[in-house]
Amino acid sequence: MEKILNLITEHQQILYIVILMIFLGIEVIGKVPSVLHTPLMSGANAIHGVVIIGAIIVMGKAESDNYMALILGFLAVILGTLNVVGGFVVTDRMLEMFKKKTKG
Amino acid sequence: MENILTICYLIGSVTFIIGLKMLSHPAKARKGNLVAAAGMSIAILGTIFLYEDKEEGKKLGNYIWIFSGLIIGTVVGTLIAKKVKMTAMPQMVSLFNGMGGACAALISVIEFQHLSQHTLEHGGAVHHGLLISIFLGAIIGSISFAGSMIAWGKLNGNIKDYAYGGQQITNVGLMVVILGIAAYLLFTLTPENAFWFYIIFGVSLLYGVLFVMPIGGADMPVVISLLNSFTGVAAACGGFLYDNKVMLTGGILVGAAGTLLTILMCNAMNRSLKNVLLGSFGGGTKQGEGSKEQGSYKEISLSDAATIMAYSTKVMIVPGYGLAVAQAQHTCHELEKLLEEKGVEVKYAIHPVAGRMPGHMNVLLAEADVSYDKLLEMEEANEEFKNTDVVLILGANDVVNPAAKNDPSSPIYGMPILEVEQAKTVIVNKRSMKPGYAGIENDLFFQPKTSMLFGDAKATLQKLVAEIKNV
Repeated sequence: MEKILNLITEHQQILYIVILMIFLGIEVIGKVPSVLHTPLMSGANAIHGVVIIGAIIVMGKAESDNYMALILGFLAVILGTLNVVGGFVVTDRMLEMFKKKTKG
Repeated sequence: MENILTICYLIGSVTFIIGLKMLSHPAKARKGNLVAAAGMSIAILGTIFLYEDKEEGKKLGNYIWIFSGLIIGTVVGTLIAKKVKMTAMPQMVSLFNGMGGACAALISVIEFQHLSQHTLEHGGAVHHGLLISIFLGAIIGSISFAGSMIAWGKLNGNIKDYAYGGQQITNVGLMVVILGIAAYLLFTLTPENAFWFYIIFGVSLLYGVLFVMPIGGADMPVVISLLNSFTGVAAACGGFLYDNKVMLTGGILVGAAGTLLTILMCNAMNRSLKNVLLGSFGGGTKQGEGSKEQGSYKEISLSDAATIMAYSTKVMIVPGYGLAVAQAQHTCHELEKLLEEKGVEVKYAIHPVAGRMPGHMNVLLAEADVSYDKLLEMEEANEEFKNTDVVLILGANDVVNPAAKNDPSSPIYGMPILEVEQAKTVIVNKRSMKPGYAGIENDLFFQPKTSMLFGDAKATLQKLVAEIKNV
Protein backbone atom coordinates (compact mmCIF):
# COMPACT_ATOMS: atom_id res chain seq x y z
CA MET A 1 0.00 0.00 0.00
CA GLU A 2 2.76 2.38 0.94
CA LYS A 3 4.49 1.52 -2.32
CA ILE A 4 1.44 2.61 -4.26
CA LEU A 5 1.12 5.85 -2.32
CA ASN A 6 4.79 6.56 -2.90
CA LEU A 7 4.36 5.90 -6.58
CA ILE A 8 1.48 8.37 -6.71
CA THR A 9 3.40 11.07 -4.86
CA GLU A 10 6.45 10.53 -6.98
CA HIS A 11 4.49 10.99 -10.19
CA GLN A 12 1.90 13.48 -9.04
CA GLN A 13 2.84 15.98 -11.74
CA ILE A 14 2.16 13.42 -14.45
CA LEU A 15 -1.09 12.37 -12.80
CA TYR A 16 -2.24 15.98 -12.78
CA ILE A 17 -1.45 16.29 -16.48
CA VAL A 18 -3.32 13.06 -17.23
CA ILE A 19 -6.44 14.13 -15.36
CA LEU A 20 -6.52 17.62 -16.84
CA MET A 21 -5.91 16.28 -20.34
CA ILE A 22 -8.80 13.84 -20.02
CA PHE A 23 -11.18 16.69 -19.25
CA LEU A 24 -9.63 18.89 -21.92
CA GLY A 25 -9.90 16.17 -24.57
CA ILE A 26 -13.58 15.71 -23.80
CA GLU A 27 -14.26 19.44 -23.63
CA VAL A 28 -12.41 20.31 -26.83
CA ILE A 29 -14.42 18.10 -29.18
CA GLY A 30 -17.68 18.17 -27.24
CA LYS A 31 -19.73 19.99 -29.88
CA VAL A 32 -18.43 18.45 -33.07
CA PRO A 33 -21.08 18.10 -35.83
CA SER A 34 -21.51 14.55 -37.13
CA VAL A 35 -20.24 15.59 -40.56
CA LEU A 36 -16.80 16.08 -39.03
CA HIS A 37 -16.65 12.78 -37.14
CA THR A 38 -14.54 11.06 -39.75
CA PRO A 39 -11.98 13.86 -40.29
CA LEU A 40 -11.76 14.45 -36.55
CA MET A 41 -11.07 10.79 -35.93
CA SER A 42 -8.45 10.84 -38.63
CA GLY A 43 -6.86 13.99 -37.20
CA ALA A 44 -6.77 12.52 -33.70
CA ASN A 45 -5.25 9.41 -35.26
CA ALA A 46 -2.42 11.53 -36.65
CA ILE A 47 -1.87 13.25 -33.30
CA HIS A 48 -1.31 10.02 -31.39
CA GLY A 49 1.44 9.41 -33.91
CA VAL A 50 3.42 11.49 -31.40
CA VAL A 51 4.52 8.05 -30.21
CA ILE A 52 7.17 8.45 -32.95
CA ILE A 53 9.13 10.57 -30.47
CA GLY A 54 9.49 7.52 -28.26
CA ALA A 55 10.67 5.52 -31.26
CA ILE A 56 13.27 8.17 -32.11
CA ILE A 57 14.58 8.18 -28.54
CA VAL A 58 14.79 4.36 -28.47
CA MET A 59 16.55 4.34 -31.81
CA GLY A 60 18.97 7.10 -30.86
CA LYS A 61 19.91 5.42 -27.58
CA ALA A 62 20.47 1.93 -28.97
CA GLU A 63 24.07 0.72 -28.79
CA SER A 64 25.45 0.14 -32.26
CA ASP A 65 26.06 -3.56 -31.55
CA ASN A 66 22.58 -4.27 -30.24
CA TYR A 67 21.06 -5.37 -33.54
CA MET A 68 17.77 -6.47 -32.01
CA ALA A 69 17.16 -2.98 -30.63
CA LEU A 70 18.36 -1.34 -33.83
CA ILE A 71 16.07 -3.38 -36.05
CA LEU A 72 13.01 -3.11 -33.81
CA GLY A 73 13.68 0.60 -33.28
CA PHE A 74 14.08 1.17 -36.99
CA LEU A 75 10.79 -0.60 -37.60
CA ALA A 76 9.16 1.50 -34.88
CA VAL A 77 10.42 4.73 -36.48
CA ILE A 78 9.02 3.69 -39.87
CA LEU A 79 5.65 2.68 -38.40
CA GLY A 80 5.41 5.84 -36.31
CA THR A 81 6.23 8.04 -39.28
CA LEU A 82 3.60 6.24 -41.33
CA ASN A 83 1.08 7.01 -38.61
CA VAL A 84 2.01 10.70 -38.42
CA VAL A 85 2.49 11.51 -42.09
CA GLY A 86 -0.24 9.27 -43.44
CA GLY A 87 -2.64 10.49 -40.77
CA PHE A 88 -2.13 14.18 -41.45
CA VAL A 89 -2.17 13.78 -45.25
CA VAL A 90 -5.37 11.72 -45.23
CA THR A 91 -7.06 14.22 -42.92
CA ASP A 92 -5.98 17.08 -45.13
CA ARG A 93 -7.38 15.33 -48.18
CA MET A 94 -10.72 14.83 -46.48
CA LEU A 95 -10.90 18.43 -45.30
CA GLU A 96 -9.78 19.86 -48.62
CA MET A 97 -13.14 18.76 -49.92
CA PHE A 98 -15.03 20.51 -47.18
CA LYS A 99 -13.28 23.74 -48.06
CA LYS A 100 -14.23 23.49 -51.70
CA LYS A 101 -17.77 22.88 -50.65
CA THR A 102 -18.21 25.98 -48.49
CA LYS A 103 -16.80 28.16 -51.25
CA GLY A 104 -19.32 27.14 -53.60
CA MET B 1 19.66 22.77 -25.36
CA GLU B 2 17.38 20.97 -22.95
CA ASN B 3 15.51 24.25 -22.41
CA ILE B 4 14.84 24.74 -26.10
CA LEU B 5 13.56 21.18 -26.31
CA THR B 6 11.16 21.91 -23.45
CA ILE B 7 9.82 24.87 -25.45
CA CYS B 8 9.48 22.65 -28.53
CA TYR B 9 7.44 20.14 -26.54
CA LEU B 10 5.34 22.90 -25.04
CA ILE B 11 4.56 24.24 -28.51
CA GLY B 12 3.76 20.70 -29.62
CA SER B 13 1.29 20.10 -26.79
CA VAL B 14 -0.46 23.42 -27.31
CA THR B 15 -0.79 22.91 -31.08
CA PHE B 16 -2.35 19.49 -30.48
CA ILE B 17 -4.99 21.02 -28.26
CA ILE B 18 -5.66 23.94 -30.61
CA GLY B 19 -5.58 21.64 -33.63
CA LEU B 20 -8.12 19.28 -32.12
CA LYS B 21 -10.32 22.20 -31.14
CA MET B 22 -10.22 23.62 -34.67
CA LEU B 23 -10.84 20.19 -36.17
CA SER B 24 -14.27 20.18 -34.61
CA HIS B 25 -15.37 23.35 -36.45
CA PRO B 26 -16.18 22.91 -40.14
CA ALA B 27 -14.70 26.24 -41.24
CA LYS B 28 -11.44 25.90 -39.35
CA ALA B 29 -10.92 22.17 -39.56
CA ARG B 30 -8.32 22.11 -42.31
CA LYS B 31 -6.20 24.77 -40.68
CA GLY B 32 -6.45 22.89 -37.39
CA ASN B 33 -4.99 19.81 -39.01
CA LEU B 34 -2.08 21.84 -40.36
CA VAL B 35 -1.50 23.49 -36.98
CA ALA B 36 -1.25 20.08 -35.31
CA ALA B 37 1.03 18.83 -38.09
CA ALA B 38 3.33 21.82 -37.66
CA GLY B 39 3.49 21.26 -33.90
CA MET B 40 4.27 17.60 -34.51
CA SER B 41 7.15 18.50 -36.85
CA ILE B 42 8.63 20.88 -34.27
CA ALA B 43 8.42 18.21 -31.56
CA ILE B 44 10.00 15.55 -33.81
CA LEU B 45 12.85 17.75 -35.06
CA GLY B 46 13.47 19.01 -31.54
CA THR B 47 13.77 15.45 -30.28
CA ILE B 48 16.21 14.44 -33.00
CA PHE B 49 18.59 17.36 -32.55
CA LEU B 50 18.18 18.48 -28.95
CA TYR B 51 17.35 15.42 -26.87
CA GLU B 52 19.83 14.55 -24.16
CA ASP B 53 19.78 11.53 -21.91
CA LYS B 54 18.92 12.62 -18.36
CA GLU B 55 21.45 10.41 -16.55
CA GLU B 56 24.38 10.38 -18.91
CA GLY B 57 23.79 13.64 -20.75
CA LYS B 58 24.43 11.84 -24.01
CA LYS B 59 22.87 13.04 -27.24
CA LEU B 60 21.07 10.67 -29.56
CA GLY B 61 23.09 8.61 -32.02
CA ASN B 62 22.24 6.40 -34.99
CA TYR B 63 21.16 9.37 -37.10
CA ILE B 64 21.42 7.33 -40.30
CA TRP B 65 18.91 4.83 -38.98
CA ILE B 66 16.60 7.53 -37.68
CA PHE B 67 16.59 9.54 -40.87
CA SER B 68 16.23 6.57 -43.19
CA GLY B 69 13.29 5.42 -41.07
CA LEU B 70 11.72 8.86 -41.21
CA ILE B 71 12.25 9.15 -44.96
CA ILE B 72 10.89 5.69 -45.74
CA GLY B 73 7.86 6.33 -43.52
CA THR B 74 7.22 9.76 -45.02
CA VAL B 75 7.48 8.64 -48.64
CA VAL B 76 5.38 5.50 -48.19
CA GLY B 77 2.86 7.28 -45.95
CA THR B 78 2.39 10.18 -48.36
CA LEU B 79 2.06 7.89 -51.36
CA ILE B 80 -0.54 5.65 -49.73
CA ALA B 81 -2.46 8.58 -48.31
CA LYS B 82 -2.50 10.47 -51.62
CA LYS B 83 -3.42 7.49 -53.74
CA VAL B 84 -6.19 6.02 -51.65
CA LYS B 85 -9.70 6.47 -53.02
CA MET B 86 -12.11 8.55 -50.97
CA THR B 87 -14.25 5.45 -50.44
CA ALA B 88 -11.35 3.64 -48.81
CA MET B 89 -10.67 6.36 -46.25
CA PRO B 90 -12.00 4.41 -43.25
CA GLN B 91 -9.61 1.52 -43.95
CA MET B 92 -6.78 3.98 -44.29
CA VAL B 93 -7.41 5.53 -40.90
CA SER B 94 -7.52 2.06 -39.41
CA LEU B 95 -4.26 1.07 -41.10
CA PHE B 96 -2.39 4.15 -39.86
CA ASN B 97 -3.85 3.67 -36.41
CA GLY B 98 -2.50 0.13 -36.40
CA MET B 99 0.94 1.43 -37.33
CA GLY B 100 0.89 3.76 -34.33
CA GLY B 101 -0.18 0.91 -32.04
CA ALA B 102 2.60 -1.32 -33.37
CA CYS B 103 5.09 1.50 -32.86
CA ALA B 104 4.05 1.86 -29.21
CA ALA B 105 4.26 -1.90 -28.68
CA LEU B 106 7.74 -2.12 -30.25
CA ILE B 107 9.01 0.69 -28.03
CA SER B 108 7.78 -1.25 -25.01
CA VAL B 109 9.51 -4.42 -26.20
CA ILE B 110 12.85 -2.65 -26.64
CA GLU B 111 12.59 -0.83 -23.35
CA PHE B 112 11.70 -4.06 -21.60
CA GLN B 113 14.80 -5.76 -22.97
CA HIS B 114 16.82 -2.78 -21.89
CA LEU B 115 15.33 -2.81 -18.42
CA SER B 116 15.57 -6.57 -17.88
CA GLN B 117 19.19 -6.71 -19.08
CA HIS B 118 20.66 -3.67 -17.43
CA THR B 119 18.71 -3.17 -14.23
CA LEU B 120 18.47 -6.82 -13.28
CA GLU B 121 22.00 -7.84 -14.18
CA HIS B 122 23.46 -4.93 -12.34
CA GLY B 123 21.31 -5.70 -9.36
CA GLY B 124 19.31 -2.47 -9.25
CA ALA B 125 15.75 -2.43 -7.99
CA VAL B 126 13.03 -2.55 -10.62
CA HIS B 127 11.14 0.71 -11.00
CA HIS B 128 7.51 -0.34 -10.76
CA GLY B 129 6.18 2.80 -12.43
CA LEU B 130 8.31 2.21 -15.50
CA LEU B 131 7.43 -1.46 -15.60
CA ILE B 132 3.71 -0.70 -15.45
CA SER B 133 3.93 1.75 -18.33
CA ILE B 134 6.01 -0.73 -20.36
CA PHE B 135 3.39 -3.43 -19.79
CA LEU B 136 0.49 -1.11 -20.58
CA GLY B 137 2.21 0.19 -23.71
CA ALA B 138 2.83 -3.36 -24.92
CA ILE B 139 -0.66 -4.62 -24.09
CA ILE B 140 -2.66 -1.68 -25.42
CA GLY B 141 -0.37 -1.12 -28.39
CA SER B 142 -0.62 -4.72 -29.56
CA ILE B 143 -4.38 -4.90 -29.04
CA SER B 144 -4.72 -1.72 -31.06
CA PHE B 145 -2.41 -3.01 -33.78
CA ALA B 146 -4.04 -6.42 -34.15
CA GLY B 147 -7.55 -4.97 -33.88
CA SER B 148 -6.87 -2.27 -36.46
CA MET B 149 -5.45 -4.78 -38.92
CA ILE B 150 -8.57 -6.92 -38.60
CA ALA B 151 -10.78 -3.82 -39.00
CA TRP B 152 -8.76 -2.85 -42.05
CA GLY B 153 -9.16 -6.32 -43.54
CA LYS B 154 -12.88 -6.30 -42.84
CA LEU B 155 -13.46 -2.94 -44.49
CA ASN B 156 -11.39 -4.06 -47.45
CA GLY B 157 -13.58 -7.13 -47.69
CA ASN B 158 -10.69 -9.55 -47.10
CA ILE B 159 -11.94 -10.77 -43.75
CA LYS B 160 -15.48 -11.90 -43.08
CA ASP B 161 -17.34 -11.47 -39.82
CA TYR B 162 -16.70 -14.46 -37.66
CA ALA B 163 -18.70 -15.09 -34.54
CA TYR B 164 -18.61 -18.14 -32.33
CA GLY B 165 -20.27 -19.20 -29.13
CA GLY B 166 -18.65 -18.12 -25.88
CA GLN B 167 -16.58 -15.44 -27.52
CA GLN B 168 -17.19 -13.04 -24.64
CA ILE B 169 -16.01 -15.59 -22.10
CA THR B 170 -12.91 -16.27 -24.18
CA ASN B 171 -12.15 -12.56 -24.39
CA VAL B 172 -12.62 -12.00 -20.68
CA GLY B 173 -10.46 -15.08 -20.03
CA LEU B 174 -7.68 -13.76 -22.26
CA MET B 175 -7.80 -10.40 -20.54
CA VAL B 176 -7.49 -12.09 -17.15
CA VAL B 177 -4.49 -14.08 -18.42
CA ILE B 178 -2.81 -10.91 -19.73
CA LEU B 179 -3.35 -8.93 -16.53
CA GLY B 180 -2.44 -11.93 -14.38
CA ILE B 181 0.92 -12.44 -16.05
CA ALA B 182 1.58 -8.70 -15.97
CA ALA B 183 0.86 -8.51 -12.24
CA TYR B 184 2.98 -11.60 -11.59
CA LEU B 185 5.94 -10.14 -13.50
CA LEU B 186 5.56 -6.77 -11.87
CA PHE B 187 6.49 -8.19 -8.47
CA THR B 188 8.76 -11.11 -9.32
CA LEU B 189 10.69 -10.01 -12.39
CA THR B 190 14.02 -11.83 -12.74
CA PRO B 191 16.11 -12.47 -15.86
CA GLU B 192 14.79 -16.06 -15.80
CA ASN B 193 11.11 -15.30 -16.05
CA ALA B 194 11.45 -12.29 -18.35
CA PHE B 195 10.24 -14.37 -21.30
CA TRP B 196 6.73 -14.20 -19.84
CA PHE B 197 6.65 -10.66 -21.16
CA TYR B 198 6.60 -11.97 -24.72
CA ILE B 199 3.70 -14.20 -23.81
CA ILE B 200 1.80 -11.09 -22.68
CA PHE B 201 2.68 -9.57 -26.02
CA GLY B 202 1.41 -12.59 -27.97
CA VAL B 203 -1.81 -12.98 -25.99
CA SER B 204 -2.54 -9.27 -26.42
CA LEU B 205 -2.23 -9.63 -30.18
CA LEU B 206 -4.61 -12.59 -30.05
CA TYR B 207 -7.00 -10.58 -27.90
CA GLY B 208 -6.98 -7.74 -30.45
CA VAL B 209 -7.91 -10.18 -33.22
CA LEU B 210 -10.67 -11.90 -31.25
CA PHE B 211 -12.01 -8.58 -29.98
CA VAL B 212 -12.71 -7.17 -33.45
CA MET B 213 -13.44 -10.43 -35.31
CA PRO B 214 -17.12 -10.84 -34.38
CA ILE B 215 -18.08 -7.17 -34.73
CA GLY B 216 -20.12 -6.44 -37.83
CA GLY B 217 -18.79 -4.38 -40.71
CA ALA B 218 -21.30 -1.58 -40.11
CA ASP B 219 -19.88 -0.99 -36.67
CA MET B 220 -16.28 -0.80 -37.84
CA PRO B 221 -16.12 3.02 -37.66
CA VAL B 222 -16.99 2.87 -33.99
CA VAL B 223 -14.41 0.17 -33.40
CA ILE B 224 -11.73 2.10 -35.28
CA SER B 225 -12.51 5.18 -33.23
CA LEU B 226 -12.20 3.12 -30.06
CA LEU B 227 -8.90 1.56 -31.15
CA ASN B 228 -7.78 5.07 -32.05
CA SER B 229 -8.23 6.15 -28.45
CA PHE B 230 -6.43 2.95 -27.33
CA THR B 231 -3.41 3.92 -29.37
CA GLY B 232 -3.59 7.35 -27.77
CA VAL B 233 -3.31 5.74 -24.34
CA ALA B 234 -0.45 3.52 -25.56
CA ALA B 235 1.39 6.64 -26.75
CA ALA B 236 0.80 8.25 -23.36
CA CYS B 237 2.44 5.21 -21.72
CA GLY B 238 5.52 6.04 -23.78
CA GLY B 239 5.29 9.57 -22.44
CA PHE B 240 5.37 8.22 -18.90
CA LEU B 241 8.30 5.96 -19.75
CA TYR B 242 10.48 8.80 -21.00
CA ASP B 243 8.96 11.47 -18.78
CA ASN B 244 8.07 13.15 -22.06
CA LYS B 245 5.25 15.67 -21.69
CA VAL B 246 4.35 16.05 -25.35
CA MET B 247 3.80 12.30 -25.75
CA LEU B 248 1.83 12.26 -22.55
CA THR B 249 -0.42 15.21 -23.41
CA GLY B 250 -0.89 14.17 -27.04
CA GLY B 251 -1.65 10.58 -26.10
CA ILE B 252 -4.08 11.31 -23.29
CA LEU B 253 -5.77 14.03 -25.33
CA VAL B 254 -6.46 11.57 -28.15
CA GLY B 255 -7.39 8.88 -25.67
CA ALA B 256 -10.05 11.10 -24.08
CA ALA B 257 -11.28 12.76 -27.28
CA GLY B 258 -11.31 9.41 -29.07
CA THR B 259 -13.42 7.82 -26.36
CA LEU B 260 -15.92 10.68 -26.47
CA LEU B 261 -15.97 10.55 -30.28
CA THR B 262 -16.68 6.82 -30.09
CA ILE B 263 -19.66 7.51 -27.87
CA LEU B 264 -20.86 10.37 -30.14
CA MET B 265 -20.68 8.04 -33.14
CA CYS B 266 -22.72 5.45 -31.30
CA ASN B 267 -25.28 8.11 -30.43
CA ALA B 268 -25.53 9.16 -34.07
CA MET B 269 -26.51 5.57 -34.83
CA ASN B 270 -28.62 5.37 -31.71
CA ARG B 271 -26.70 2.40 -30.42
CA SER B 272 -24.92 1.93 -27.17
CA LEU B 273 -21.22 1.16 -27.09
CA LYS B 274 -21.90 -2.03 -25.19
CA ASN B 275 -24.29 -3.09 -27.89
CA VAL B 276 -21.68 -2.51 -30.56
CA LEU B 277 -18.91 -4.32 -28.72
CA LEU B 278 -20.97 -7.31 -27.75
CA GLY B 279 -22.18 -7.45 -31.33
CA SER B 280 -25.94 -7.63 -31.39
CA PHE B 281 -25.79 -6.81 -35.13
CA GLY B 282 -22.85 -8.81 -36.30
CA GLY B 283 -23.28 -11.57 -33.78
CA GLY B 284 -26.04 -13.12 -35.81
CA THR B 285 -28.91 -12.65 -33.38
CA LYS B 286 -31.52 -12.20 -36.05
CA GLN B 287 -34.82 -12.48 -34.32
CA GLY B 288 -36.88 -14.80 -36.40
CA GLU B 289 -37.45 -12.57 -39.38
CA GLY B 290 -36.57 -15.53 -41.56
CA SER B 291 -40.01 -16.91 -40.83
CA LYS B 292 -41.78 -13.65 -41.63
CA GLU B 293 -43.08 -13.91 -45.15
CA GLN B 294 -42.44 -10.76 -47.12
CA GLY B 295 -44.73 -9.55 -49.86
CA SER B 296 -43.57 -9.17 -53.41
CA TYR B 297 -41.63 -6.26 -54.74
CA LYS B 298 -41.91 -4.70 -58.18
CA GLU B 299 -39.15 -3.79 -60.55
CA ILE B 300 -39.05 -0.72 -62.71
CA SER B 301 -37.39 -0.45 -66.10
CA LEU B 302 -34.65 2.10 -66.75
CA SER B 303 -36.73 4.03 -69.25
CA ASP B 304 -39.69 4.24 -66.87
CA ALA B 305 -37.45 5.44 -64.07
CA ALA B 306 -35.90 8.01 -66.41
CA THR B 307 -39.30 9.27 -67.50
CA ILE B 308 -40.67 9.58 -63.97
CA MET B 309 -37.62 11.51 -62.83
CA ALA B 310 -37.40 13.79 -65.85
CA TYR B 311 -41.05 14.85 -65.49
CA SER B 312 -41.08 15.39 -61.74
CA THR B 313 -40.53 18.74 -60.07
CA LYS B 314 -38.48 17.58 -57.14
CA VAL B 315 -36.12 14.64 -56.80
CA MET B 316 -34.36 13.66 -53.61
CA ILE B 317 -31.31 11.42 -53.86
CA VAL B 318 -30.47 9.23 -50.87
CA PRO B 319 -26.90 8.02 -51.22
CA GLY B 320 -25.65 5.06 -49.23
CA TYR B 321 -22.87 2.58 -49.02
CA GLY B 322 -23.69 1.12 -52.44
CA LEU B 323 -22.86 4.46 -54.05
CA ALA B 324 -19.53 4.54 -52.26
CA VAL B 325 -18.56 1.00 -53.27
CA ALA B 326 -19.44 1.61 -56.90
CA GLN B 327 -17.54 4.94 -56.89
CA ALA B 328 -20.67 6.41 -58.44
CA GLN B 329 -20.48 9.90 -56.91
CA HIS B 330 -19.37 11.54 -60.17
CA THR B 331 -22.07 9.85 -62.25
CA CYS B 332 -24.53 10.84 -59.56
CA HIS B 333 -23.48 14.47 -59.90
CA GLU B 334 -23.90 14.14 -63.68
CA LEU B 335 -27.45 12.88 -63.18
CA GLU B 336 -28.13 15.79 -60.85
CA LYS B 337 -26.91 18.36 -63.41
CA LEU B 338 -28.90 16.76 -66.21
CA LEU B 339 -32.10 16.80 -64.17
CA GLU B 340 -31.51 20.41 -63.14
CA GLU B 341 -31.18 21.34 -66.82
CA LYS B 342 -34.60 19.84 -67.35
CA GLY B 343 -35.98 22.04 -64.58
CA VAL B 344 -36.13 19.38 -61.87
CA GLU B 345 -35.10 20.41 -58.40
CA VAL B 346 -32.52 17.94 -57.07
CA LYS B 347 -31.42 17.60 -53.46
CA TYR B 348 -29.46 15.01 -51.52
CA ALA B 349 -30.68 13.62 -48.23
CA ILE B 350 -27.73 12.69 -46.09
CA HIS B 351 -28.20 10.38 -43.16
CA PRO B 352 -25.51 11.03 -40.54
CA VAL B 353 -24.25 7.46 -40.67
CA ALA B 354 -24.88 6.70 -44.34
CA GLY B 355 -21.94 4.91 -45.90
CA ARG B 356 -19.27 3.45 -43.75
CA MET B 357 -18.49 6.30 -41.41
CA PRO B 358 -20.32 9.35 -40.15
CA GLY B 359 -19.80 12.14 -42.66
CA HIS B 360 -18.67 9.66 -45.32
CA MET B 361 -21.29 10.76 -47.86
CA ASN B 362 -20.53 14.46 -47.42
CA VAL B 363 -16.88 13.84 -48.19
CA LEU B 364 -17.69 11.63 -51.13
CA LEU B 365 -20.19 13.98 -52.76
CA ALA B 366 -17.95 16.95 -52.14
CA GLU B 367 -15.28 15.10 -54.07
CA ALA B 368 -17.65 15.03 -57.05
CA ASP B 369 -18.21 18.81 -56.73
CA VAL B 370 -21.77 18.51 -55.51
CA SER B 371 -22.68 21.89 -54.10
CA TYR B 372 -22.87 22.16 -50.31
CA ASP B 373 -26.37 23.68 -50.22
CA LYS B 374 -27.78 20.66 -52.04
CA LEU B 375 -26.89 18.37 -49.17
CA LEU B 376 -29.70 18.20 -46.63
CA GLU B 377 -29.15 16.84 -43.17
CA MET B 378 -31.58 14.28 -41.90
CA GLU B 379 -33.97 16.64 -40.07
CA GLU B 380 -34.21 19.06 -43.01
CA ALA B 381 -34.65 16.21 -45.47
CA ASN B 382 -37.41 14.60 -43.42
CA GLU B 383 -39.40 17.82 -43.64
CA GLU B 384 -39.01 18.00 -47.39
CA PHE B 385 -39.89 14.42 -48.28
CA LYS B 386 -43.63 15.11 -48.32
CA ASN B 387 -43.13 17.68 -51.10
CA THR B 388 -40.88 15.34 -53.04
CA ASP B 389 -42.02 13.53 -56.16
CA VAL B 390 -39.29 10.95 -56.53
CA VAL B 391 -36.83 9.62 -53.98
CA LEU B 392 -33.91 7.83 -55.60
CA ILE B 393 -32.15 5.56 -53.13
CA LEU B 394 -28.65 4.64 -54.23
CA GLY B 395 -27.36 1.69 -52.28
CA ALA B 396 -28.73 2.78 -48.92
CA ASN B 397 -30.74 0.33 -46.87
CA ASP B 398 -30.78 0.40 -43.09
CA VAL B 399 -30.95 4.21 -42.93
CA VAL B 400 -34.31 4.15 -44.74
CA ASN B 401 -35.72 1.08 -43.06
CA PRO B 402 -39.11 1.96 -41.52
CA ALA B 403 -38.66 -0.89 -39.03
CA ALA B 404 -36.47 1.51 -37.04
CA LYS B 405 -39.67 3.48 -36.40
CA ASN B 406 -42.39 0.86 -36.38
CA ASP B 407 -40.99 -2.42 -35.17
CA PRO B 408 -39.82 -2.52 -31.56
CA SER B 409 -38.42 -6.03 -32.04
CA SER B 410 -36.09 -4.88 -34.78
CA PRO B 411 -32.42 -4.60 -33.83
CA ILE B 412 -32.26 -1.12 -35.35
CA TYR B 413 -35.44 0.05 -33.60
CA GLY B 414 -35.01 3.62 -32.38
CA MET B 415 -32.38 4.62 -34.91
CA PRO B 416 -33.40 7.89 -36.57
CA ILE B 417 -34.06 7.25 -40.27
CA LEU B 418 -34.80 9.15 -43.44
CA GLU B 419 -38.58 8.97 -43.80
CA VAL B 420 -38.59 8.42 -47.53
CA GLU B 421 -42.00 6.76 -47.57
CA GLN B 422 -43.58 10.22 -47.29
CA ALA B 423 -42.58 10.97 -50.88
CA LYS B 424 -44.85 10.15 -53.82
CA THR B 425 -42.58 7.59 -55.45
CA VAL B 426 -39.53 5.74 -54.21
CA ILE B 427 -37.03 4.18 -56.60
CA VAL B 428 -34.47 1.93 -54.96
CA ASN B 429 -31.25 1.06 -56.69
CA LYS B 430 -29.58 -1.97 -55.15
CA ARG B 431 -27.49 -4.79 -56.44
CA SER B 432 -29.83 -7.46 -55.15
CA MET B 433 -32.53 -8.03 -52.55
CA LYS B 434 -29.88 -8.94 -50.02
CA PRO B 435 -30.34 -7.20 -46.66
CA GLY B 436 -27.99 -4.41 -45.61
CA TYR B 437 -25.40 -4.42 -42.87
CA ALA B 438 -27.84 -4.86 -40.07
CA GLY B 439 -28.87 -8.10 -41.74
CA ILE B 440 -32.57 -7.38 -41.61
CA GLU B 441 -35.28 -7.16 -44.22
CA ASN B 442 -36.48 -3.75 -45.26
CA ASP B 443 -40.27 -3.33 -45.51
CA LEU B 444 -39.81 -0.25 -47.61
CA PHE B 445 -38.90 -2.37 -50.62
CA PHE B 446 -42.26 -4.14 -50.50
CA GLN B 447 -44.42 -1.06 -50.25
CA PRO B 448 -46.67 -0.24 -53.22
CA LYS B 449 -45.05 3.13 -53.94
CA THR B 450 -41.58 1.57 -54.04
CA SER B 451 -40.04 0.13 -57.18
CA MET B 452 -36.69 -1.58 -57.48
CA LEU B 453 -33.99 -0.82 -60.00
CA PHE B 454 -31.41 -3.57 -59.69
CA GLY B 455 -27.79 -3.18 -60.67
CA ASP B 456 -24.47 -1.69 -59.73
CA ALA B 457 -24.97 1.96 -58.73
CA LYS B 458 -22.51 3.37 -61.23
CA ALA B 459 -23.61 1.29 -64.22
CA THR B 460 -27.27 1.95 -63.44
CA LEU B 461 -26.72 5.68 -63.07
CA GLN B 462 -24.84 5.81 -66.37
CA LYS B 463 -27.70 4.07 -68.14
CA LEU B 464 -30.18 6.31 -66.37
CA VAL B 465 -28.30 9.41 -67.51
CA ALA B 466 -28.34 8.13 -71.09
CA GLU B 467 -32.08 7.41 -70.86
CA ILE B 468 -32.90 10.83 -69.43
CA LYS B 469 -31.00 12.48 -72.26
CA ASN B 470 -33.42 10.77 -74.65
CA VAL B 471 -36.57 11.73 -72.80
